[in-house]
Amino acid sequence: MLRYLITRALSLGASLIVASLVIFAMIEVIPGDPASFMLGLNASPDTVAALRDDLGLNGSVTTRYVNWVGGLLVGDFGTSYTYRVPVSELILERLQVSLPLALFALILSTLIAIPVGLVAAARRGQMTDYTIMGATQMGIAVPNFWFAMLLVLVFAVQLRWFSAGGFPGWDNGIGPAVKALTLPAIALALPQASILARVMRSSLLDVLHQDYMRTARAKGLSVAQATRRHALRNAMIPVLTIIGLQFSFLLAGAIIIENVFFLPGLGRLIFQAITQRDLVVVESVVMLLVFAVILVTFLVDVAYAVVDPRLRRPA
Amino acid sequence: MTRLPAQLWIGAVLSIVLLAAALISFLWTPYDVTALNIADKLKAPSAEYLLGTDHFGRDLLSMLMEGGRISIAVAVLAVGIGMGIGVPLGLMAAANRGGWLDEIIMRGNDLIFAFPSLVIAILITATFGPSATNAIIAIGIFNIPVFARVARGGALTIWTREFIMAARVAGKGKARISVEHILPNIANLLIVQGTIQFSLGILAEAGLSYVGLGAQPPTPSWGRMLADAQTMIYSTPRLAIAPGLAIVVMVLGLNLMGDGLRDLLDPRIRRARE
Repeated sequence: MLRYLITRALSLGASLIVASLVIFAMIEVIPGDPASFMLGLNASPDTVAALRDDLGLNGSVTTRYVNWVGGLLVGDFGTSYTYRVPVSELILERLQVSLPLALFALILSTLIAIPVGLVAAARRGQMTDYTIMGATQMGIAVPNFWFAMLLVLVFAVQLRWFSAGGFPGWDNGIGPAVKALTLPAIALALPQASILARVMRSSLLDVLHQDYMRTARAKGLSVAQATRRHALRNAMIPVLTIIGLQFSFLLAGAIIIENVFFLPGLGRLIFQAITQRDLVVVESVVMLLVFAVILVTFLVDVAYAVVDPRLRRPA
Repeated sequence: MTRLPAQLWIGAVLSIVLLAAALISFLWTPYDVTALNIADKLKAPSAEYLLGTDHFGRDLLSMLMEGGRISIAVAVLAVGIGMGIGVPLGLMAAANRGGWLDEIIMRGNDLIFAFPSLVIAILITATFGPSATNAIIAIGIFNIPVFARVARGGALTIWTREFIMAARVAGKGKARISVEHILPNIANLLIVQGTIQFSLGILAEAGLSYVGLGAQPPTPSWGRMLADAQTMIYSTPRLAIAPGLAIVVMVLGLNLMGDGLRDLLDPRIRRARE
């Protein structure tokens, strides 16, 4: 297990290095001169030169890359060109919205999906199963930001239970903040929960047909006992993959949903940065998002090994 | 041979109707969507305009038909990219489980996978500006590791079965076993994933266009139309509801079709049902 962890950790590090190279190349090398790109066509040569100086663009590509990564490691994400504040400050501020939103949605979706999938599998071929499967089909088909717009229409405009958007901040107490994140989290969770419930159901049904389940029944276990002791653990492998896969959807989804509800999260930050050509912000926020996903993938791999010992040893 | 599952029919009808509408729009639409007709702006649905008009007086039905083209094309091409590259990679990785090839492929996958399509689109857009082509590339790249992972995961469990052992004893090589025994056994997984990725492609295109990273005006796409409709959602919710429903029906149709196909193609499931 320890050896497994070490190899995984090493490849985690390697992935991060390659990812940073890709992002650096996309943002700083391919566009040519980032300074003139950021300032647009009408900038005078003097302003461009000043910005080049400001951004430290006069060094070689290698020096710039090393400086950027070195900065990231000690929490220095550079200075935003438009906001004139350290990017790390901007990110920390925006994370207070985006991270709780993604987690809120992940928890909602898992809490809904696993029991629902279990019930559907247990009642396979019956009315309950068909109803659940129909509902999840709809849930998958609905774009989350459109669902968000409908939620606003019903719960904010018609019923006035929630505000249509905005975020009061955590300083005014947890209640109002959580309330502001509730509709966005529901919108984010709906499609994910639907997918997860279906995966849970089909994975469990797959496992129920395995020989070891027949053996378990033959030795006298009831269906419920056999499911609990043998099927669930095996059925969880695909479910874990999907939960891992979903994290990046949730992050990306959160970025879009933030636009529907005017939440001051990472999403709003990055879109504003793109329109204002604030490459320093784009580069660092993208790196942060990528880091988060790589870390979660690593954790899922480790979780795999815990659930299924066969995956720990090499073939 | 059992008869075709009902959901296959329902799904096929739903998605073919929208696909046909999108194809017909190449030849004919009720109104020209590039012509602005301010005098007729925000007309309610009537015999003249079946779904009404938008704030520029453009016919909503015509826009939905044309919008479908971009949305469907982006999703189809993106699934093609993902499956064409991802499945062979996944099979290779599984056949060499624990080896260096497996390690390289899977780490490469994790790496691409760490870039959600939205993030790839953001990177491309920050450098090259937004377009529908960028959306295809972004979603397609994101599909690769999804198919590779599903193929590898499915293949790994098949590799532990006795009949694979028999094939190996019979002297078949890894590549031949992968194609002859593994692929048919994971086809159902791939079809299910294919429909999920297809629907996700439609949804992702909608999301990208909605935030301005996909199809650009005046090209209509379902996501673009939703973005345009958002500011008027309080006064004219119809403008936001119509393109949303188009997306839902398309995605629902594709998913039902995929499920139906799975039932049809997988004798194991069929036997279990009977």
